[in-house]
Amino acid sequence: MTAWLRQHRQAVVSALKRLGLLNAVVIGVALSLPAGGYTLLESLRGVAGRLALDTQLSVFLRPEAKRADAEALGKLLRADPRIARLRFVPRDEALKELAAVQGMPEVIEALGRNPLPDAFVVTSDPASLEALAADLGKLAGVAHVQADAAWARRLAALAAIGRLALWLLSALLGLGLVAVTFNTIRLQILTQREEIEVSKLIGATDGFIRRPFYYLGLLQGLAGGAVALAVVGLGLWLLNHQVGELARSYGSGFRFAFLPAGDALAVVLFAGLLGWLGAQLSVSRHLREIEPR
Amino acid sequence: MVSFSAVAKRYPGGQEALRSVSFALEAGELAFLTGRSGAGKSTLLKLIPAIERPTSGSVIVNGQNVGALKRGAIPYLRRNIGLVFQDQKLLYDRSVFDNVMLPLAFSGQAPREAARRARAALDKVGLLARERSNPIQLSGGEQQRLAIARAVVNRPALLIADEPTANLDAESAARILEIFIAFNQVGVTVLLATHDQALIQRHGGKVLRLEAGKLA
Repeated sequence: MTAWLRQHRQAVVSALKRLGLLNAVVIGVALSLPAGGYTLLESLRGVAGRLALDTQLSVFLRPEAKRADAEALGKLLRADPRIARLRFVPRDEALKELAAVQGMPEVIEALGRNPLPDAFVVTSDPASLEALAADLGKLAGVAHVQADAAWARRLAALAAIGRLALWLLSALLGLGLVAVTFNTIRLQILTQREEIEVSKLIGATDGFIRRPFYYLGLLQGLAGGAVALAVVGLGLWLLNHQVGELARSYGSGFRFAFLPAGDALAVVLFAGLLGWLGAQLSVSRHLREIEPR
Repeated sequence: MVSFSAVAKRYPGGQEALRSVSFALEAGELAFLTGRSGAGKSTLLKLIPAIERPTSGSVIVNGQNVGALKRGAIPYLRRNIGLVFQDQKLLYDRSVFDNVMLPLAFSGQAPREAARRARAALDKVGLLARERSNPIQLSGGEQQRLAIARAVVNRPALLIADEPTANLDAESAARILEIFIAFNQVGVTVLLATHDQALIQRHGGKVLRLEAGKLA
């Protein structure tokens, strides 16, 4: 057991000595593209959800409708299986919400009375949204159903394309990482050719010879992942500097958030795994070519 | 310890290096392998640690049929054989001491014990004072002695050397030979390839003479 641990420690030490900073930077910069894209998309998803990505319908009642009519309609809507969530917005509350918007109190005061009807905000899945809107429009007491369906769907489609593009980019750059590691390990094997040959001659097992290269691939991947996170962090810091100012002018505290800890860890571990894979491929291909003669 | 029976080795391309070679070395024996360049001495030596495999016949080392060994078993065979090459195969990117430490790294020795053994091996070949030097700073004879230290540091039962005294002046060559004889005297089986008849006559021991791939 101690001998086993000692051999692994030796392998790690020898791998650390050969770890090139430049390779880690190359890998890190490449990985920062998908990692950064993912971070931005996740941040934007929070905002888009608040806007309308959750595919909502606004059902406005006739202005003359009484509270009792609204309650009856509410019961009817609650029974509809297509409706995932239902929120009643009484006209007084709607007015209060409107009054909170800058510049609006003066407008409301000029009107003299509350022009807003009672309303329901209905959340449904995008597929049944249009049919639902048509059905709700036919109900008694409903004046107007406003569906931002087309817009919501377009935004959702755009986000889906963005995510797909990120996946493709991740796959491509992941492949690139494997290739970079493959080549680094190949060069390393070539420079250590003599040592490998002598080691084989005096009784080193294949496992002993391979181990430092596996660790080198793994460490290089991990270091690349860490560099990617650093690049993303730095990029966000710079972006937030500008975005914060823009958001403040709209009275919003929006900032791009860094990756959650779990996702950040996943990026580093995934990079490490790909590095290990590249080393594995390179070693199995190139080490057998070195046989003492 | 080592036994060849009807061993033939033909290289790809049809060149026949060995033809029906049979001999046996007992444990603790000292033997010289002689013959002209190209007679097949190196090929014969390479068959023992499975650097080459016989085309036919059997090579038995320590009771193991080397020709039939699986790839994974070869390192363990080699750990029990000390190999000294004509071109030493030293590593010039590390010190004399670290060259001798190399075989101990595979066997997972405790560092203190490994260092003690490495120094003991260097002491036996008279290079203890040079442990911090780079092998490139050593003379030809010293480099060959370093190669011997590396070969014996794992205390193998069998020591094989291919022309260890080639390219050395008479005094250095005699010293190298003395070292091999000293190991033989403590029970190590030694097989030396050489074309130096004078050395052989001085020391006695079994002589295997190869002529065009056959034992004469």
